[in-house]
Amino acid sequence: MPDVQSLVNDFVNKLKKRKIEGSQATARQTAELLRSVISQQRIPYTNQAGALIDAVKAVGEQLIAANPVELAVGNIVRRVLHIIREEDLSLTTAAIGGMNISAASDDDENDDADDRPALSAAAVAAAARSTLRPPSLQTLLEDVPDATAVHHTSSSGADSEGKSKSADKSSRSRKLKHDVIEAVNELIQDIATCHEQIAEQAVEHIHQNEVILTLGRSRTVMEFLCAAKEKKRSFRVFVAEGAPRYQGHVLAKELVARGLQTTVITDSAVFAMISRVNMVIVGAHAIMANGGVIAPVGLNMVALAAQRHAVPFVVVAGSHKLCPLYPHNPEVLLNELKSPSDLLDFGEFSDCMDFGSGNGEPLLHVVNPAFDYVPPKLVSLFITDTGGHNPSYMYRLIADYYSADDLVIQRKPAVGN
Amino acid sequence: MDPRRGGRAVSDPKVRQVGFFAPGPDRTQSGPPESSSSPPVSDISPSGNSLSPVMIPPPRHASDTHILLSGGARLVPGFPPVASSPLRHVSSDAAGHATVGSYNPSEIFASESGSEFFDDLSEVVASPGGMGRVRKSGSGKFATSLPSGGFDLMQGKGRNDGVASSLTAVPGANLPVGVAEKMHASAEVQNEPRGAAKAKPLKEKISKAERRAIQEAQRAAKATTKESLYVFELSLLVAEASKAPAAASGAGASGSAKQAKAAKTSSQIKDNASVVASEKKGGDRQSEKDRKKDVPHPRMQFDDKTRVEKAKKRAVVKQTEARNRVELFRHLPQYEHGTQLPDLESKFFQLEPMHPAVYKVGLRYLTGDICGGNARCIAMLQAFQEAIKDYMTPPEKVLGRDLTAKIGSYVSFLIECRPLSISMGNAIRFLKNRIAKLPLTLSESEAKASLQSDINRFISEKILIADKVIVKHAVTKIRDGDVLLTYGSSSAVELILLHAHEMGKKFRVVIVDSRPKLEGQLLLRRLIARGLNCTYTHINAVSYIMHEVTRVFLGAASILSNGTVYSRVGTASVAMVAHAFHVPVLVCCEAYKFHERVQLDSICFNELGDPNAISKVPGRREINSLGDWTSSGNLQLLNLMYDTTPSDYISMIITDYGMIPPTSVPVIVREYRREHLWT
Repeated sequence: MPDVQSLVNDFVNKLKKRKIEGSQATARQTAELLRSVISQQRIPYTNQAGALIDAVKAVGEQLIAANPVELAVGNIVRRVLHIIREEDLSLTTAAIGGMNISAASDDDENDDADDRPALSAAAVAAAARSTLRPPSLQTLLEDVPDATAVHHTSSSGADSEGKSKSADKSSRSRKLKHDVIEAVNELIQDIATCHEQIAEQAVEHIHQNEVILTLGRSRTVMEFLCAAKEKKRSFRVFVAEGAPRYQGHVLAKELVARGLQTTVITDSAVFAMISRVNMVIVGAHAIMANGGVIAPVGLNMVALAAQRHAVPFVVVAGSHKLCPLYPHNPEVLLNELKSPSDLLDFGEFSDCMDFGSGNGEPLLHVVNPAFDYVPPKLVSLFITDTGGHNPSYMYRLIADYYSADDLVIQRKPAVGN
Repeated sequence: MDPRRGGRAVSDPKVRQVGFFAPGPDRTQSGPPESSSSPPVSDISPSGNSLSPVMIPPPRHASDTHILLSGGARLVPGFPPVASSPLRHVSSDAAGHATVGSYNPSEIFASESGSEFFDDLSEVVASPGGMGRVRKSGSGKFATSLPSGGFDLMQGKGRNDGVASSLTAVPGANLPVGVAEKMHASAEVQNEPRGAAKAKPLKEKISKAERRAIQEAQRAAKATTKESLYVFELSLLVAEASKAPAAASGAGASGSAKQAKAAKTSSQIKDNASVVASEKKGGDRQSEKDRKKDVPHPRMQFDDKTRVEKAKKRAVVKQTEARNRVELFRHLPQYEHGTQLPDLESKFFQLEPMHPAVYKVGLRYLTGDICGGNARCIAMLQAFQEAIKDYMTPPEKVLGRDLTAKIGSYVSFLIECRPLSISMGNAIRFLKNRIAKLPLTLSESEAKASLQSDINRFISEKILIADKVIVKHAVTKIRDGDVLLTYGSSSAVELILLHAHEMGKKFRVVIVDSRPKLEGQLLLRRLIARGLNCTYTHINAVSYIMHEVTRVFLGAASILSNGTVYSRVGTASVAMVAHAFHVPVLVCCEAYKFHERVQLDSICFNELGDPNAISKVPGRREINSLGDWTSSGNLQLLNLMYDTTPSDYISMIITDYGMIPPTSVPVIVREYRREHLWT
């Protein structure tokens, strides 16, 4: 499958060159790429899910290695792997259920596992594998269109599951792939619409005359604030400009265009102003399993100031930013140092940098990190597309989205399956 | 050490043991321990009985305490070292600055015992129940003197003031009379109150106001002889204590009755005292006047329309209000930047009353050529010096008054150019005071010469030498291998870093900078030119870089008397992050920048910079989304210049009086003000 490989290489290059801005775009493109990987993947007769998983893992590994700090890539890879496992499981249980219960009806697979009194050993094992993730409403909902779609598009049409299970292996494998692709489409849809879902909750959190502070620019935050504005809330926003990218300026402009009272402040004035702020709403780069946040640089400072003044620190983030990893030394390991030219003109300090050429060690170092780590104790609330959550609940939310087997995506230890 | 500990209180009566008090003073005062044990008494008295900030009672009090404390023999041994301070020379002797005693730095931070010392004191204080016993054992003097364990540095002083305050509680009917009559019979007077003090319950605490009153009293009594002084002080004390409404607060139920009596007696005492010691009364009056003057008069609030209008009429500089003001900061002046300059320049030859030197400095403030508390202050003082040199008293006018008015007009011009920094305010206060204090006998040229030398002295002593002392102190805090973080560009910190580098210490500097001024780049350039190893970053990355930092050195525009550090905006964030990472924060600030104002937030008082500076990012043309920010009424840009750092983020303040905790700022403020008003 050369075309897939070239797609992957292309994407890897983009990631390496940091051409893709923002985790949402990254997540969407990753999902799309994985979808094409899956659709191109040739499926063997046995262990179809395993083959798919291996293929996705192989690609995912490359993608993650291309930009390890862009956690959204890894998140999406894991989400897709999880989807494959889920679909496989539901197919297996449906098949076994179909075999065991001859009187199984057409919509048998829509029922959840509890409805089946007698499960085979294989199904039990499969269920045990995913004990971390008991059936959630969302996956049930995800299943519904799949099932119906299957029935509409399936070549065998309206014929019963019992027949297909026993005889038609190829249709089943096609069905798995199909289901997976459908689910990935769902995922892409989710990623695309996460802003709206988050923004819907805005009025529940913003009251009249509120003063809100944010730093830098996050599309989620922008949509969140604008949604509240559209619901006729009037409030004012302080925007810290977010050096060295100064995206706060852009955000301010967008907010003003929507008619919000906006004040731009320097990052250094955050502490001075936070005493007059009712709530801090910021975006995130990634949310870790412990509830910590990898956020644009400067947010740790804001969070500390907010804590000092007992101002709620709210993080809005789509669920594609939920990362199932527990961070270790995230300030360094999950960070990225950007070009010093953001801070200092090369021309201006070139003479100073020359000092270094004499004795080998430069006198001047410029540090320009991209991210900050905000520990969970500084975060008051996460607002994701599934609602508001405490930092301490994040691990559980993550268990809904990821399978425990996929936490490590690396070829070496990938012996399972 | 800090007021909170006072509450811990009493459970252990053993705290009162004396053994602890003896080493206490050594620790709390000057650095070299041997100096405290062999204090040159003559050194203490000559410059009057004024108390140095890091201070301990002068010897006369020591003797008094001896007498009064005779009941508590255990305590006595502790006192001589307490009483005799080696630090007297701090205030006047410039050379002495270098050797100035102060806290022994390491002690402040390292030694638990130092703070325990204060704990102990405050525990004594906090035991109202045990008061009787306390008094009997003689340490009641402490109890009365310490305002619930409040300002640690006052304790030395409070101790002997306590003697006085214990006397104030004496409602002996004969006392008022006695004061007048026995002015020169101190022994008797002293005996009398002592007896009375034993008989009557003591007032348990002195309130702040009272303490201040005591302070004033001592000040006023500077020139008096040993004998008369005590009585006089007593009378003053009572007089003032009764005036201060807060005085009533400290006492309990019985206390209120006492207060009433004290108030009654006080007026008499005052009358008597005024008759007897007219000279000293002058001092007294002066001190009250000063006090009134020292209460910071309310600043111009720019949301008051009528007053702003009035001010505009007087103004020399034509200012146009900036558009799109931030609602929260209506009370602060904010003008269009750059519009005044051409106007002012064209007026250069018309501005009759303005001295060219002052004018020049004003313009340079306006353009931002001179910035930084010290630089601005020095420039202003030098301009005033020029102006004074060229000053001629107009006929039929008195130099003192006319010059003060003149300086006043200069100052208001400078304010129009840029709001005064607190350091400048203090310097102006000093200068006006010097003018007011000029002896009438002086000829005009002599007066001018004296003022000029005063200004010179102020610049060299309070700023230049003070910086040297600060450097000397701070360098002891830099060790090999340290990573020192500084924010923005502070002249004091720069001196420290350069000096430490010259001393051959191996350390690395992290310069944190922020928009819009980017002062750190200038500092970075200067440090790199001198060969220091620097790391440069912006304020958002401060939590990233803080991991590797071992000390944070910050400058300050001013330190307010609640320990708040008023400094370049962003300082508070840096201090906060350092605090969160458990990195010590050292603030370097000359004592002349201290101010008695208190402030909790950064909003009530601040300075607004040019909002256009925010919309443009130098060197980053692609960032232009706010190019036309004035077009929308909904968008405001806020360029705050300063912020206030809460005192709990500050580990230590390095000042020319030594290294002090932020809780001791009010002491320095008080002492310092007294000193430069009275010398």
